[in-house]
Amino acid sequence: MLEVSGLQSGYKRSTVLQGVDLHLESGGVLGLLGRNGVGKSTLINTLMGLVTPSAGRVTLDGRDLTGKRPDVIARAGVALVPQGRRTWAPLTVTEHLDLAARRGKGKGPWDIARVIDLLPRLGERRKHEAGQLSGGEQQMLAIGRALLTNPRLVLMDEPSDGLAPAVVDLIGEAIGGMKAEGVTLLVVEQDLHLAFAVADEIAVMDKGRIVHRSPTMEFRRDSSVAHALLGVA
Amino acid sequence: MADWFSENLVSILNGFAIGSLLFILAVGLSIVFGMMGVLNLAHGAFYLVGTYLAYSLLDDGVTWGGFLGALALAAVFGLVAGGALSVMTEPLAKRPILDQALLTLGVSLIVAEVLSIIYGNDVYSVAPPPGLDDRVDVGDGSLPVYRLALIGIGLVLALIVYLVVEKTSVGALVRASVADREMVSAMGIDNRKVKVAVLGIGSALAMVAGVLGTPVYGVDPGLDESVLLLALIVVVIGGLGSVKGALIGALVIGQVDSLGRALLPELASFILFGALAVVLIVRPRGLFGPRKVAS
Repeated sequence: MLEVSGLQSGYKRSTVLQGVDLHLESGGVLGLLGRNGVGKSTLINTLMGLVTPSAGRVTLDGRDLTGKRPDVIARAGVALVPQGRRTWAPLTVTEHLDLAARRGKGKGPWDIARVIDLLPRLGERRKHEAGQLSGGEQQMLAIGRALLTNPRLVLMDEPSDGLAPAVVDLIGEAIGGMKAEGVTLLVVEQDLHLAFAVADEIAVMDKGRIVHRSPTMEFRRDSSVAHALLGVA
Repeated sequence: MADWFSENLVSILNGFAIGSLLFILAVGLSIVFGMMGVLNLAHGAFYLVGTYLAYSLLDDGVTWGGFLGALALAAVFGLVAGGALSVMTEPLAKRPILDQALLTLGVSLIVAEVLSIIYGNDVYSVAPPPGLDDRVDVGDGSLPVYRLALIGIGLVLALIVYLVVEKTSVGALVRASVADREMVSAMGIDNRKVKVAVLGIGSALAMVAGVLGTPVYGVDPGLDESVLLLALIVVVIGGLGSVKGALIGALVIGQVDSLGRALLPELASFILFGALAVVLIVRPRGLFGPRKVAS
């Protein structure tokens, strides 16, 4: 469903993505690994339209999204669960969910009741402002907010970042629940445990390119790849 | 204490009236800047357009019809002017904030120059509408009734703006945009349309403030710069993008200005900037500003 070819992108003085080729199958979960600074977040932000690509092409189900504005890309069916969560601190949980639900109403299976089924903590925190929530609750809110736009593709940037292991497990379950509904996911993750638990396939980025891709089972068996590309055993 | 209060009640009420007017003027500036990152330096020129609108419609005699007509026209002109300004700044949206500010400054200079060509550089005064043109005795002095009415109008508008921003879904969108507008666009919302609407409403409030302020400050070609400066001080003190901040900032500046003039006339022009400096030293992001200002 998502086709990326030769994607180059970056910031004013540096090109971070050096030609990314990527193909995502509908309904699959791809875990994207890589050391710090290899361009994982830049890839996510470029796919969402927050960073403008300088070359290459991005299509979603054949529709060209290269260089489009974020709101156009969002309406085409892409949602972002960004690094650092980026929930709106002065808005309550309910306000977040309402704002997102108004955009996604009738476009798919997700409504507020269903999101709260998946992430019950949000139900208990409805009246709280996002700024008062714990990191894990903010992460759940960021996920719920993305889901309510009824996306076909969800881009997640380090969902486990800074969270306690028990909370990471909850996030993993939520990803499983999204996958069960047929949502396609691209998950950037440093936490191998989480990545292995949720991803069908693992891709590895290095120096602005995707340099390896294999089914999760295979990747786990062959520790030499992980060792060489990630510096872990 | 009671004596002091009685002696200075006129100044205090006057301060509230000025504060009301400043709130109407500054809240649009604050939300547009906090939400969309557009520093609209044409805001003062829009106020000036409002005063000349009032002058044109009321010069031959102040009637309620003329006054309300001027308010309605100011609101419509403001919406259109703000919307147009929003479209003009759009090509500069990815450039540094000062590039957009420079554009609005240019617009401001052109508007002021055109007004000067049409109306000349004379200073005029316009009376309040009938029924509000008397004075009432308060404390040891007296105050134009119109200024009391201004306090009421300011409070009502503050309440409306507060309820819209804090309690409605449109308001939630405004607050979300102040907090992180990139994430708002990642929800599928076109920021440019939001910007047109917000800049339009903010500019309408500036022109409405111009009409409302005319019976107090009159018609004067230099008003655009002086009211812009006051509004900027209010925004800096209150904090960007905060309705509560704009209200508190406006009331503080109203009192500082009015009481300052009454109690320490020789320091009057200095005391406003003194208040600004104190707030900036103690709390650089303003009284109610966001922790992180959008770049």
